[in-house]
Amino acid sequence: MTAVPTSAAAIAAGVRSGSLKAVDVVEAHLARIADREGEIHAFNVVLADRARAGAAAVDAMVAAGGDPGPLAGVPIALKDNMCTRGIPTTCSSKILDGWKPPYDATVVTKLAAAGAIAIGKTNLDEFAMGSSTENSAFGPTRNPHDTSRVPGGSSGGSAAAVAAGFAPVGIGSDTGGSIRQPAALCGVVGAKPTYGYVSRYGLIAFASSLDQIGPFTTTVHDSALLLDVIGGHDPMDSTSIPVAHAPLTGVLDRGVKGLRIGRITDLPAGADPDVTERLEAAFDALREAGARIIDVQVPAFSYGLTAYYLIAPAEASSNLARFDGVRFGLRVDALDTNTMYSATRAAGFGDEVKRRIMLGTYALSAGYYDAYYGRALKVRKLIHDDFARAYQDADVLLTPTSASVAFPFGSKGDNPLAMYLCDVYTIPSNLAGHPGMSVPFGTGADGLPVGVQVLAGTLDEATMFRVGAALERCAPAVTSAVALHGSAS
Amino acid sequence: MSAGARVDPRAEQVLEYGYQLVVGLEVHVELDTATKLFSASANRFGDDPNTNIDPVTLGLPGALPVLNRHAVELAMRIGAALDCTIQPSTFHRKNYFYPDMPKAYQISQYDQPINIDGHLDLPGGKRIGIERAHLEEDTGKSTHVGGSGGRIHGSDHSLIDFNRAGVPLVEIVSRPDLRTADEARQYVNELRAILVAIGASDAKMEEGSMRCDANVSVHQPGTPLGTRCEIKNVNSVRSLGRAIDYEARRQVDLLASGGIVRQETRHWDETDGRTHTLRTKEDADDYRYFLEPDLVPIVPSAEWIQAVRDALPMLPAARRARLSEASGSPAYSEAVMAAIDRGQDAYVLAVGHLGGDIGRALVHVKEAYAEQGPSPTVPAQDLALLTTLEVDGKLTATQAKAVLAEIVAAGGGDAAAIAAAKGFEAMDNSALESVVDQAIAADPEAWVKFCAGEGKAMGALVGAVMKATGGKADGKVVTAVLNQRRAAQP
Amino acid sequence: MSDRITAADVVKVAKLARLDLTPDEIVRTTAQLDGMLEHFADMDALDLDAVVPMTQPYPLHNVFRDDMVVIGLDHDEVLAAAPRSEDGRFWVPPIIGLDS
Repeated sequence: MTAVPTSAAAIAAGVRSGSLKAVDVVEAHLARIADREGEIHAFNVVLADRARAGAAAVDAMVAAGGDPGPLAGVPIALKDNMCTRGIPTTCSSKILDGWKPPYDATVVTKLAAAGAIAIGKTNLDEFAMGSSTENSAFGPTRNPHDTSRVPGGSSGGSAAAVAAGFAPVGIGSDTGGSIRQPAALCGVVGAKPTYGYVSRYGLIAFASSLDQIGPFTTTVHDSALLLDVIGGHDPMDSTSIPVAHAPLTGVLDRGVKGLRIGRITDLPAGADPDVTERLEAAFDALREAGARIIDVQVPAFSYGLTAYYLIAPAEASSNLARFDGVRFGLRVDALDTNTMYSATRAAGFGDEVKRRIMLGTYALSAGYYDAYYGRALKVRKLIHDDFARAYQDADVLLTPTSASVAFPFGSKGDNPLAMYLCDVYTIPSNLAGHPGMSVPFGTGADGLPVGVQVLAGTLDEATMFRVGAALERCAPAVTSAVALHGSAS
Repeated sequence: MSAGARVDPRAEQVLEYGYQLVVGLEVHVELDTATKLFSASANRFGDDPNTNIDPVTLGLPGALPVLNRHAVELAMRIGAALDCTIQPSTFHRKNYFYPDMPKAYQISQYDQPINIDGHLDLPGGKRIGIERAHLEEDTGKSTHVGGSGGRIHGSDHSLIDFNRAGVPLVEIVSRPDLRTADEARQYVNELRAILVAIGASDAKMEEGSMRCDANVSVHQPGTPLGTRCEIKNVNSVRSLGRAIDYEARRQVDLLASGGIVRQETRHWDETDGRTHTLRTKEDADDYRYFLEPDLVPIVPSAEWIQAVRDALPMLPAARRARLSEASGSPAYSEAVMAAIDRGQDAYVLAVGHLGGDIGRALVHVKEAYAEQGPSPTVPAQDLALLTTLEVDGKLTATQAKAVLAEIVAAGGGDAAAIAAAKGFEAMDNSALESVVDQAIAADPEAWVKFCAGEGKAMGALVGAVMKATGGKADGKVVTAVLNQRRAAQP
Repeated sequence: MSDRITAADVVKVAKLARLDLTPDEIVRTTAQLDGMLEHFADMDALDLDAVVPMTQPYPLHNVFRDDMVVIGLDHDEVLAAAPRSEDGRFWVPPIIGLDS
């Protein structure tokens, strides 16, 4: 069997040229899954047979002189909140256990059209609500770097799948940091583009005005390649931005000379020293590479948590109302429809989901709307405006992605707020609708990966990726979890 | 409703004990689009259950709404026809659980509706304010199985069909300017005529494509408006009047006996002719309205709005006036109303342009074109010829009717040729006079009665003449001869 | 927003959200929501009177679809996925106590 490259770009190049067989690529990844999935639990379902058949079709196309596309033969781990026709899609919730959507999400269609091969549906915090993947109804995912620790969340399954070498690419969704935080904790690249960059059609909504889909990859180049494939206007999503995006793969080598990198001086405190140390090293490296470091203020940044934990649950309380046992999914039988609703939803949703539905319903209810939801929308505007001012002075902003490295299971205890604070650095860009990405930048405590977050203004993915690529070039070499734990292939 | 029975709309109905009725109407109309408001499933009445469905219609996880441009255009057309201000608008989510509401929220316009501040003029000229006319999606349909008569109470279970879910609706909310049940009926009839004329909806109450809720209150003139009750489940214009009258009496009786009217939603029961409490204000759900994050605002440009206004066809009131003037029939005569209702007024006018008689054409169209749409199959030219023969005395009204029946059945035809083939020729008057005299001689009893002024007797004599002439005689001429003979009596 | 959330509020909200909570869950939820709302009071420090609420991250308007029918979902496939169906329709127990 030919050695299978780790990057999606190299795999696709090999498969397109005929020097690499997609079936071998798939087998190599299935072998790694067979080897370690038992301890990691990255997937809710592994699509071994479908992946093999898909790979064979890709190879046949190449043999016939065709081009399967820029992701030819690349195995993809899909977060299990994206609809896949005929394939169970659960959101890691009992309420959707066994549900097979009758349609594909737009990203799923685009990936397939680019020659990618779905290898499995990955675990998540139920309905993407959480920062550790501990809230899955099907059990937690473990961090491939240290299985006593969480992979982050909510897209922990996709992050872990990429870190463990189960797939070169994972797709996640990011409502308040659900791509970037697990990417940081798992030592991979995670990008959340501008709101409206990637279609949300077929993504099971958590908070509609915040949700965005993005990739997990091992390289910044792969991240750009994936966004080039899944980005772009979709007439099925009214909030999809109707402009053509310039390919991001073309900007990676431009360097950062002359770019203004913002340091937020009034950033909320609380990041661990090992994380802060890596952030400082990143500033130094970028300065070294020719960028200027500029101090900026984003005073409303610290109010992000409050605004987010009112707006997201409010939207979620409405988005999750459709899980009522009438048309699909779980139903708990009862003597009348109203009782059936309450019993079904009580049995089908986990604690965190119920908590957020309660919080969101309360924030929208008569007498409280103005004090909570209404005020949160105003704070959102302040955050947006503060960012806009900062981006007049700086091209991108650099922050920690997560306040700490991967933490042990159960360490956030019973206090939901402690878990919510995990998202303090990632949330504001969701509220503003701005792009953000996490790039691995060495290790912190216990040799665990640390990510640095690059934030940019609306639709300025190009600059964000230039900086991300520069960081990757000067990042200290880190032993990958795959190398660390060996591989069956 | 009959045109003759119109109450003077300016009259303010005074109820018992001096109470005054105040009514506002909320009319929902289904728009005549090919697809739903937010998805590409067919908007079609009467299909097999759950066949016009898609992820959006069913509220499946991950589905997203995309707004139907034509629905927006039709909503704007309604706004233009009701002389509303057409403005930038947004959609909200109205959150409530009900099995025929797939997402457990309805997408509806809330504080920024597309149309505001319009009006509708009742036939008598009274102007009724339109507060708003906004876009929203329809629900699915529940059928209650078991129990008695398909009612929700006592049913064993319910079955849901989502074909109607997501069908575009415009809700037209009047100001509380209506003062009688008859005004309410006139309002609904006029609104219906407008909606049909502008192609916005077929507005059929019996098929549910037009639905009407009435906000009814009573008060003493000069005092603030009373507490209102919303009456639902009114399924015809006739029921609307009955429901309002019943509800007004109920409220007056309550107040007169020292009670108070509670704000509540009441259900009209067609069978017992009463309204019943459906839910009180205290039971009202908390809808938790918030801006729909999956949709973006509608901001119609000034050019678009102007184009919609410019493209508006002539409205029923103006068309009635035009036809009335051209035909000499009153604007609210049954013939004029029927022609406008069926959209056949342009056709009648075309008969006139082709040299035909508009008055006769109007009568023929009313009687013979009930099954024809706005573009009758009979060429206007053919009807023009028929009316000409008629006015020229070449055909009697009865003969013309017979000839037209053949023309309509064949989708056209030469009236003169058909009349000739039928052997129709108008009798000359001298021949007719002798037939009349024979009829008088044959039935002296009728003659005596006729001379005494009994209408029935005249009918018997005319009938005898018609029988003798095989219908060829012109009824008017026969009557004239009979009157002549009577006048010549010593 | 200084009012503390009470167990009665939680019961009311749970009813609105159609969540059947146990007495234990009601107690726990009340405490947790109270803790969160206390934290969220940090925004009381902000002067928001003149601030326009932000509901959409990217300003779009007039996003429309043409009025053309596209074949939708398969009737049988959809009903097969339903918890219960009858006569081509979705079956639910009696509808009582609900707003229509």
